[in-house]
Amino acid sequence: MTHTLAEHEPGFVPPVDAAVKIAVKGLDFFYGDFQALTDITCDIKANAVTAFIGPSGCGKSTFLRCFNRMNDLIIGSKVEGLITLDGQDIYAAGVDPVDLRRRIGMIFQQPNPFPMSIYDNVAYGPRLHGMKKKSELDEVVEMSLKRANVWKEVKDILGRGGLTLSGGQQQRLCIARVLAVQPDVLLMDEPCSAIDPTSVQKIEDLMAELKSSVTIIIVTHNMQQAARVSDDTAFFLQEVMGEPAMLVEFGRTPEIFTSPKDKRTEDYITGRFG
Amino acid sequence: MRDMKRTTNALALAVFWFAGLTTVFVLGAVILYVFVNGIGHISPEFIFGQPHGVNAEGGIWPMIVSTLYVTGLAMVIVTPIAVLAAVYLAEYAVQGRLVRTIRFAADTLAGVPSIVMGLFGLAFFVEGLGFGFSVLSGAFALSFLMLPIVMRTTEEAIRSVPRYIRWGSYGLGATKWQTVSRIVLPAAMPRIITGLILATGRAVGETAVVIFTMGTMINTPVLPTDPGRSMTVHLYMMAMEGINLPAAFGTALLLMAMILFFNLSARWLLRRNRRMQG
Repeated sequence: MTHTLAEHEPGFVPPVDAAVKIAVKGLDFFYGDFQALTDITCDIKANAVTAFIGPSGCGKSTFLRCFNRMNDLIIGSKVEGLITLDGQDIYAAGVDPVDLRRRIGMIFQQPNPFPMSIYDNVAYGPRLHGMKKKSELDEVVEMSLKRANVWKEVKDILGRGGLTLSGGQQQRLCIARVLAVQPDVLLMDEPCSAIDPTSVQKIEDLMAELKSSVTIIIVTHNMQQAARVSDDTAFFLQEVMGEPAMLVEFGRTPEIFTSPKDKRTEDYITGRFG
Repeated sequence: MRDMKRTTNALALAVFWFAGLTTVFVLGAVILYVFVNGIGHISPEFIFGQPHGVNAEGGIWPMIVSTLYVTGLAMVIVTPIAVLAAVYLAEYAVQGRLVRTIRFAADTLAGVPSIVMGLFGLAFFVEGLGFGFSVLSGAFALSFLMLPIVMRTTEEAIRSVPRYIRWGSYGLGATKWQTVSRIVLPAAMPRIITGLILATGRAVGETAVVIFTMGTMINTPVLPTDPGRSMTVHLYMMAMEGINLPAAFGTALLLMAMILFFNLSARWLLRRNRRMQG
């Protein structure tokens, strides 16, 4: 019998599912003349949940939006450095951000269903990408709503407006809408900060289920949530106002929360600031 | 000291009350006056009949048709241009000096006295392009009048669609055009239509522009190249030339009813939409 090495033992080889999905090297980000992020390097593991934590305004959300090039929509924004998805530079000349966003879905802080029916909300993505057959759409809609843990609540009211649902249901509808285009990566920008606790629980459960098929990155203000749901945690900090923020520490979540290497991480986690 | 404050307060209240009451009174007086003088003249024959005799007795059907025709045609002309221009301004144009200039030009155009627009219509459409006094000339001139209003209300409607809804669409891999056509425009549609209806209400009540471009001939237009006389022009001639004052009041009442109808439908649309989204 072969002895399985534990993670801390020498000679440990990370298992296949811990392969790097997204690699970031020396990333700088600018809004016009203002540099928001400096020299960020980290590897996001596939089929894992990575949490970005840090005080408000520390650039976590800005960093998150670099992954699906959502920042491209902001005039004057500029990215330097390298971000690769499955080894391919996502800022390379030939990459169309529109195609990229199909592979990298995003959930926003504010649930943002479109002003149309629940069904049409979920069918929106597949329709964009050319799916027309009613039977296929029906199937995708049902599957996506099931994966997003909201099917039971909405299966009889699919024709009703998405905006008539409660905030928590709306957020799960938005998750279903993203899952319908079958992304590899799910970016979640404080997905639970605007909804009720029961729904938060459901979304956290959902993340645990989804990570077998999707790589998840979540920005959160809630450290308990980061500790509960994530495998890896990155701590960001803008030390001086007007200066760019940086990645202070990045590692396995239990380590970050129990034995952080950096004094600033420890101070933040123990609640001394932020 | 305390009494003084109280007296000032009471006085201020009285002044506000008086101002508010005056407004209501003026509005009420005008409506009532037109109503009382006009209602006796309203009848199916008046609405659907043809005018006859030197004093234009009988009905005003040709004027109603001319008014609706020229306004409807103006709307058909103005809607695509104004909406596309607004989409461009709100969504595509790089926000800078050019866009500010276009916006300023639109706002100025909206403030141009309508008689100036009428003169322009006479020179350009009636004479220059040789459309003659016709519904077509009238509709083009009216559409120039409506264009800035519709464009600005449409632009505001498009801008009021929340950013995060657009992000949701972009986040799913939608292109800009897909986002604009499938999310932004449908979401803004009730407010766009409201703007259109309000502009239509203004066009219905417009006199100076149509007198210069559609003419004053009593005629039920069939082709766009036919001349006609709008209700407002008819009203003007009935009253100013002292031909038939009761008919003028009847026409005025009908005009007011039409504009009220337009405004009420705009309100109804907005409200229905708010209910559906809430």
